Amino acid sequence: MLLITCPHCGARAQAEFTYERTVDSIVQPGADPAQAMEQLFARTNPRGPDEEVWRHTFGCRAWLVMTRHRVTHAIEAIRAVGPETLP
Amino acid sequence: MSGPRRDGDPGSVRFTFDGKPLLARHGDTLAAALLANGIGLVARSFKYHRPRGIMAAGVEEPNALVTVGAGGRSEPNTRATDLYIYDGMVARSQNRWPNLSFDVGSILGLAAKALPAGFYYKTFFGSAKRWMFYEWFIRRAAGLGDAPTEADPDRFAQRAAFCDVLVVGAGPAGLAAALAAVEAGDRVLLVEQDSLLAPSLIRDPQDLDPAWAQATAARIGALGGRILLRTTAIGYWDDNLVTLSQRLVEPGEQPPGGPAQRLWHVRAKRVVLATGALERPLAFAHNDRPGVMLSQAVRTYVRRFGVVPGQRVVIATNNDDAYLTAAALRDAGAHIVAVLDTRSAPTGATSGFTVHNGAIPLATKGARHHLREVSARIDGKVLRWQADLLAMSGGFTPVVHLHMQAGGAKLDWDEASQSFLPGAAQQNVTSVGAAASADPVGPTPAPENPAKSFIDFQNDVSLGDVDIAWAEGYRSVEHLKRYTTLGMATDQGKTSNMAALGRLAEKQGVAIPEAGLTTFRPPYTPVTMGLLAGRTERDAGAHLRRLALYDVHQEKTPIWQPLGYWKRPRAYPQSTETLAEAALREARTVRTVVGMTDVSTLAKFEVSGPDAAALLELICATTVGKLAVGRGRYTFMLREDGLVFDDGTVWRLGEDRYLLTSSTGGADRMATHISYVRQFLCPQFKVSAVNVQEHYAGIAVAGPQAKAVLSALIGDDAPRHMSIMKAMIAGVPVQVLAASYSGERAFEIYVEASKAEPVWSACEAAVSARDGCRYGMEAMEFLRIEKGHLVVGGEIDGRLTPHELALDKMLNKAGGYIGAAGLTRPALNSPRRKQLVGLEALAGTIPEGAMLVSLQGQSAEGHVTASGLRVLDGGSIALGQLNGGFARHGEEVLATSPTRGQSARVRVVAPHFYDTAGERYRD
Repeated sequence: MLLITCPHCGARAQAEFTYERTVDSIVQPGADPAQAMEQLFARTNPRGPDEEVWRHTFGCRAWLVMTRHRVTHAIEAIRAVGPETLP
Repeated sequence: MSGPRRDGDPGSVRFTFDGKPLLARHGDTLAAALLANGIGLVARSFKYHRPRGIMAAGVEEPNALVTVGAGGRSEPNTRATDLYIYDGMVARSQNRWPNLSFDVGSILGLAAKALPAGFYYKTFFGSAKRWMFYEWFIRRAAGLGDAPTEADPDRFAQRAAFCDVLVVGAGPAGLAAALAAVEAGDRVLLVEQDSLLAPSLIRDPQDLDPAWAQATAARIGALGGRILLRTTAIGYWDDNLVTLSQRLVEPGEQPPGGPAQRLWHVRAKRVVLATGALERPLAFAHNDRPGVMLSQAVRTYVRRFGVVPGQRVVIATNNDDAYLTAAALRDAGAHIVAVLDTRSAPTGATSGFTVHNGAIPLATKGARHHLREVSARIDGKVLRWQADLLAMSGGFTPVVHLHMQAGGAKLDWDEASQSFLPGAAQQNVTSVGAAASADPVGPTPAPENPAKSFIDFQNDVSLGDVDIAWAEGYRSVEHLKRYTTLGMATDQGKTSNMAALGRLAEKQGVAIPEAGLTTFRPPYTPVTMGLLAGRTERDAGAHLRRLALYDVHQEKTPIWQPLGYWKRPRAYPQSTETLAEAALREARTVRTVVGMTDVSTLAKFEVSGPDAAALLELICATTVGKLAVGRGRYTFMLREDGLVFDDGTVWRLGEDRYLLTSSTGGADRMATHISYVRQFLCPQFKVSAVNVQEHYAGIAVAGPQAKAVLSALIGDDAPRHMSIMKAMIAGVPVQVLAASYSGERAFEIYVEASKAEPVWSACEAAVSARDGCRYGMEAMEFLRIEKGHLVVGGEIDGRLTPHELALDKMLNKAGGYIGAAGLTRPALNSPRRKQLVGLEALAGTIPEGAMLVSLQGQSAEGHVTASGLRVLDGGSIALGQLNGGFARHGEEVLATSPTRGQSARVRVVAPHFYDTAGERYRD
């Protein structure tokens, strides 16, 4: 079980979090349909770091973007996403 | 084999084995107690039912599996070597009939050629009948203990812990590591699977005085370190999380009040593995006979338990350690008739024993399940010895299981000791002591009768079976494992894997490390299911959410129905009514007069802010922004792939304020979806979306008299269909929505949950005054099926498009909603996909959940999503999904449910059976 450092709450057990999707699968509103389907269904699974969307579901409920190594599981970066993070 | 106590004291702890009352001493394992009582035969092997005894003295024991305890507390496949005696213990042998010493299944042993490696696989090929025939036979012949049929009466606890250093194993190395860490100021947790600290020092006091262990433990405790006995590290996970299984009582033992076991999740900054090493057996013919034991195990029984398992002993070894066993036995009064050392002279020359160097152990012979004779080839000649105990040692395998589970860890091959040692690791883990190094060994001679030379005793796999797998083309170690079952079952190959790898490498003509290694998976030793379930067993698995009006419902003792995390009244039966009778009476009351029901569990979200409409037009596939203030509409939501996953209603409360309702069961999913859109996709939106599901209780009033009831309650005109207004009922502020799910004129009254009771009472008084009644979910189902309204989880199952659910006319023409892109996929426009249909029975009742098959063919073309009836007129009707259903109205198909054994011929019709013009709820 990973130890995930939530930017708001600090280091917490993976059991508090839910994995949602990969960042490259996020379809932006108004995206070109063909490209959107490519993103959804023709997925990459890199042997190395990948950007993933997680949520601190059983904590602060923040949405997080995590750079996680697909082989070693090492978390290289983590940041919160949401209105409060906008410039 | 006889095994009297060295000092003649049989002990005072009473236990039974296969019903026979016996005595043991405190601190004995069951294995030690059985040996002390002269019982050498304790089990029958898995496949061939060969007689088996006790081979080891620890968790690696492959043979001596017993069932211990009674009723729901009984635990099958418990290792007699890892089970400490308690007063009243009831232990039984397994996999034998009619009894252990005379077992019909052992005839299989004579026919062992019929069940070689790969036998199971081969029965899968050819006709299915062939497998059916063999399965009957295999299931009865091969097996371990029986799982208890009663519920486990014990509690299982869980605990989380954190420490600087977790030390696994309280042998000399682990104690020393723990002491060093605690003296350096670290928070230390030291765990030991045995019931004693440093049991190896009792076995080998020449290394270190056992009193040292007690003194060291006392110092660790005094400095704040914590020590847990009977606690096994069963798994090593990411980021130095180690799971522990702690036995608070022994298997089958009744706990004095607390839990029976505890599962620990320990997050450690550093982990020290002092897990020791396991002795390997040697391979020779009939090396599985009771009376053939591992050398160190014999020494453990002599020194720790005071049991001498044999009087005339042959030692077979390829290393020095077995000489310590010979010495221990000699000190205990046993006669060492020969030491068979595979190494050439002068090894062992000065030991004082009769040592045969360069020996090749050949075979054992026995009588009545006792060892009688050992033979070996020495200098080309076969020599034989009368013996009742053979102590063997094929070297030591460091316990690297946890190291390898840690992930990203490597093993290094050590040629001298013929073992894998822990190598580089990704996590902060160190191995120490016998887990990190092993003494050199001599050659391990190939046996002359591989078919009877067992390596995996638990699965009855011999070296000959490895040869068969090789001959049949299984090259990789993973294939070998699956084909022969080697390394499987409860011991997971603790004593067998190295011998198999050696044989495979020899066949491949490569070094052992190149032959590969199977994966070490948790748990290290078997755990009970209860330990993993913990307190989440039975109803505690998911919490129950309680309706605000629960007490009000309970007064009428409804039949409750689980719905998501909730329980809702399914029907309110009167006197002797059945569920169906009550539901039909309630539904007819709604159709003819008026009824009321609790709709509090619907998901509800209040969305407000300048971008509220923009957010909702992403989430909802219908228009939202065009709604006038005070008006509402039906809506539905798509996933990104274009399929409908939920539906509900949306109401414009004010200029920038909306209320969105959606399905009860999908409430949490919808909350996450809204949050994702709000937080992730559109963080720039000026909008707030608040989950108010439990803030409001909801009461629906439906029926021809509903409008009159509402007017009386609010003292004003009831709102028009699909309108919303504020009002007061029983002095409590409420919102009244005019919306119909039942097909009748209907209103939903939302009130702050804590103030719901007086509002319910006022409604009920008004409803009762018009001869109305409460109705439950079953009546609601009847009503909505007849009306052709959809339900999430039924018709809306996440697999149909808006078009296929006949919702496409409501789609937002401007697009822009989530799922609009997915709808462009050509495959979704196939006319052969499932489409929503109505079904009416030509005779009989349409079975719930039935599949739809054409009258000519047999292939399933659809299914019934909800089966109901015409509420006032009777007659079985249903909603369903049918391939190309829109174009098949009028066609007859068969609705059949093999699981219920019911069928009905049905006609495909439009999915509306009642008031198709919608005149009953409009003004």
